Amino acid sequence: MTDNNIVGSIRFENVVKKYGQVTALKSLSLDLQSGRLITLLGPSGCGKTTTLRLIAGLEMASAGKIIIGGKDVTDLTATYRNVSMVFQSYALFPHMSVMENVKYGLTVSSVPAAEATEKALDALAMVGLDGFGERLPSELSGGQQQRVAVARAVVLEPEVLLLDEPLSNLDAKLRRSVREDIRAIQQKLGITVVYVTHDQEEAMAVSDQIIVMRNAEIEQIGSPHDLYQRPSSEFIADFIGDANVVDCEVRNLSDGLAEVEIGASKYQLPVNNQAPPGSRLVIRPHAVRLTPYVKNGGLSGEVGYAAYLGNQVQYTIHTAVSDLFVVDNTMGDFYPVGSKVSLDLDASRLCLVGG
Amino acid sequence: MVRTTSLWLLVGLFGYCLLPWFMVEDGFWSFSWIQNFGTGETAPALFQALFQRRISLTPAGIALAASAISLMLFSMPAVRARALITISGIGLLLMVFQGFAPTSFGAVLQPAVVPAQAGFGVGSAVTMIALLFVLTTAVSSLGKGGDAFVVGLIGLIIALVGIFVFFPVGHILIRAFELPDGSYALSGFFARFFSSDIWSLKCVIGAGSCGPAVNSVLLAVMTGAGTTLLGLAFALIFTRTEFRAKRLLRVLTVIPIITPPFVIGLALILMFGRAGAVTEIFADLLGMEKTRWIYGFWGIYLAQMLSFTPIAFLVLIGVVEGISPSMEEASQTLHADRWQTFRRVSLPLMRPGLANAFLLGFIESLADFGNPLVLGGNFNVLSTEIYFAIVGAVADPAKAAILAMALLCLTLCAFVIQRRWIGKRSYTTVTGKADSGQHSALSPAVRTACYATALPWAAFTAIVYGMILFGSFVKLWGYDNSFTLDHYLRAFSIDLSNGIRWTGVAWDSYFTTLTISTIAAPLTALVGLATAYLLVRQNFAGKNAFEFGTMLSFAIPGTVIGVSYIMAFNVPPIELTGTSIILIIVFVFRNMPVGVRGGIAAMSQLDKSFDEASITLGANSFTTVRRVIAPLLGPAMLAALTYSFVRAITSVSAVIFLVSAKHNMATSFIVGRVENGEFGLAIAYSTVLIITMLSAILLLQLLIGQRRLRRQNRLQKSVSSKPRILTLQPAGRNK
Repeated sequence: MTDNNIVGSIRFENVVKKYGQVTALKSLSLDLQSGRLITLLGPSGCGKTTTLRLIAGLEMASAGKIIIGGKDVTDLTATYRNVSMVFQSYALFPHMSVMENVKYGLTVSSVPAAEATEKALDALAMVGLDGFGERLPSELSGGQQQRVAVARAVVLEPEVLLLDEPLSNLDAKLRRSVREDIRAIQQKLGITVVYVTHDQEEAMAVSDQIIVMRNAEIEQIGSPHDLYQRPSSEFIADFIGDANVVDCEVRNLSDGLAEVEIGASKYQLPVNNQAPPGSRLVIRPHAVRLTPYVKNGGLSGEVGYAAYLGNQVQYTIHTAVSDLFVVDNTMGDFYPVGSKVSLDLDASRLCLVGG
Repeated sequence: MVRTTSLWLLVGLFGYCLLPWFMVEDGFWSFSWIQNFGTGETAPALFQALFQRRISLTPAGIALAASAISLMLFSMPAVRARALITISGIGLLLMVFQGFAPTSFGAVLQPAVVPAQAGFGVGSAVTMIALLFVLTTAVSSLGKGGDAFVVGLIGLIIALVGIFVFFPVGHILIRAFELPDGSYALSGFFARFFSSDIWSLKCVIGAGSCGPAVNSVLLAVMTGAGTTLLGLAFALIFTRTEFRAKRLLRVLTVIPIITPPFVIGLALILMFGRAGAVTEIFADLLGMEKTRWIYGFWGIYLAQMLSFTPIAFLVLIGVVEGISPSMEEASQTLHADRWQTFRRVSLPLMRPGLANAFLLGFIESLADFGNPLVLGGNFNVLSTEIYFAIVGAVADPAKAAILAMALLCLTLCAFVIQRRWIGKRSYTTVTGKADSGQHSALSPAVRTACYATALPWAAFTAIVYGMILFGSFVKLWGYDNSFTLDHYLRAFSIDLSNGIRWTGVAWDSYFTTLTISTIAAPLTALVGLATAYLLVRQNFAGKNAFEFGTMLSFAIPGTVIGVSYIMAFNVPPIELTGTSIILIIVFVFRNMPVGVRGGIAAMSQLDKSFDEASITLGANSFTTVRRVIAPLLGPAMLAALTYSFVRAITSVSAVIFLVSAKHNMATSFIVGRVENGEFGLAIAYSTVLIITMLSAILLLQLLIGQRRLRRQNRLQKSVSSKPRILTLQPAGRNK
């Protein structure tokens, strides 16, 4: 590893965070490479924001070590860490102009005024807000305020930029363009970005790497592709994209293949070494193709609920194994509630998870 | 850390080597100690330790030197910090120990003969503060959270509250155990504390008068209940009706803040006293006998109801408004009518708020000193009995201490109940989410009841205040009702014939009051807001105890504070009686909870992410406070400032023990006039005070108003300017 790689890397060694009796993080270990966009994803209360605040130095670890850029920062407070953060509420100082906000970090670090102004202007230009310096934050729209917050954070050239649910205060239409902007800025500056969200689609869209957390622990780390294709647990399968998880019979075959039996249908699926006992089958809603009912011994069921959404139809199908959530975006035949259908499963979009 | 510590060590050395260690007889600012520098009692500690063989003064010097050495010697931060904590901690303890040497308490511990020793002076204060900050800086460098500024602030406030709240109250506790012969014993205490002189229930069985404690409690329960009911009526009218003169009602809430506590009592005497206006009318028309009924329970009760109803009103406005309208709307959609909704939903939801208002009224009534002093007659209550035990014909400090303990127990019980029990049962939580919907209107019966009680009372209050203004222009109330300006002239005349000469009798105390209030107000606001900052924004071990301790002085009645100050600060190590400093200090620590509450309210509205944003941008807590929090708290600071100023002017209970011929305050001057029967002068002076405070409040309103206006102008300007066309993509994207 070269020095360049170390700057901006983040390492957690058995970090524990407790608030009195409540454990917010159970012994967390992490090793994040620099220059990537990493998302902390999970339901509320899973410890993702605590992890972010521990990186920032806004919370102090109860035990363990935190190393940023090769330097042990466990006992350093936020003031002394080379880490910036964009807050969910943006936290723009309402009594300062946009320019003063962006310059703030430089001013309190005693950067000469001329240099500070120059850097602040550059940062504002980068987020596309040149000419807005004299305004008050209250005179900007939500999206503009957010970009000021980003400018204020990156102007300090931090090793790591932290984003706490940056899109949650924006309307749905704006979210997509802002998340592209964030990704573009990260790529341009080449800095490490840690991003907290509870929205899996947002996480999939921007991340190099996703850390899924649950109950104060890491559930799985991987690229968006890994998490969707090879979920390590039922929780991940359901959390990353929708999934039907059903009981099945598994027989191990050779060459990393397993034979999976569901109802009367059999599928051969790749597994790592051995499928653990009690494994269950993940059926993505898109993996099911509906056809008019034919009695052929395959999986069949009855439409319990159908919702027409324009670009897709969502069904709930009552089958012998379980109720299945099915999305049909082929826009073929429409099956009204009560009609009997046969279900074909696409073996390439099925996978097994441990029980 | 090294820089900060060295700086404080330098300050400490300055205090130790160059400033007079002990209290200077004719005052520090007379600078007589410079003329005789290095000799006698006014010498700095270094000189006294070296040349006068005061070995007891060496520890402070050794602590400073040892700190400096360990600062240079140890390079490991953790080792250095521990060494500094140990050294400065021991140094501080020894200094306190040395200060107590000349007291009876110190004599027990330190039997060696010590030459007569004065109280702590400027030098020792500076040295102590320096050592305290060396200690807190070292603690902060251990990295258990909190930087030097925060830990230093915590240490400073604990030290201040400890010295100026807990030490005097603890002192009075010890005095309460003192026997007449000067020894201390537990056995005597309970006998005296529970003696029938204090707790007698004779009046209940109709055989004489009750003890002052029983009287106080009876009065407090009645006042608490009465003010709560009236306050609720006002609050309901204010929030739930179409009443037209709501602004006038609002004025009612400001009035008690600017009314010196005995003024209502005075006005009542003008109306219902033997020569009072109402008494005269009834005597003329109905031939009723002129009695002195106003001097006693009913008089005090009436005065307290008038004084404290506005406080209940203010509290209950918040309570009534805090009930989510959707609760009432839900009730109505479930087919409840307006009365049922009020009876079964609104009222139960208000119950904690009502209990809170009751306890506030209860505490205020117990602590009230001005009205019982003016109207008491033969009806003894604790607060005035304490006063008479100190200033009466037979001064009996031990009795004052016992009575003060009884009063303190009562108010503390109410305070603890309020915090522990009611604090957790509040249903009116403000979530910040806009709760749409309309409060339901009152049912006709409730509305009529509210109007019927509140409006006559409001009219009565207006008449009482009218009396105050009117009475100041009448020659001799009840006997010679001709118009005169004499009272104002006697109090506030100015002789311009020979330069400006302030010949009025009131000028002296008026200027003292203004000066001391002006000095005390910013200090109060500062200590209060700093405490609020720590409570809202910082987490540290023992925070709950810290909060309880700082809010405690709210529950300590002024009379108790006054008595405890005069007992504790009359002897070394802290000798302050007779100075203006003690007046400033008593105001700061008595009004501190007001600043704390205001600060907490204001700071809770500032999102914590402002601080965190500043911290992650590389600012330390001090910079954050200075550049982010303080500017955003502007209006709250102004409010705390005015409020402490006004409270300092109206305060009488604590001050009356602490004034001296040199530093007399307006309120104690007025009480003196009342005791001499000079009602006209007293009322004229009170009117001037009320006008002074009213101007201060209006000035504040203007300042805050201006601020808002400027913001709005700016906002409107920018809105009207043409929207610019934005490029939504950041520059980096086009690469």
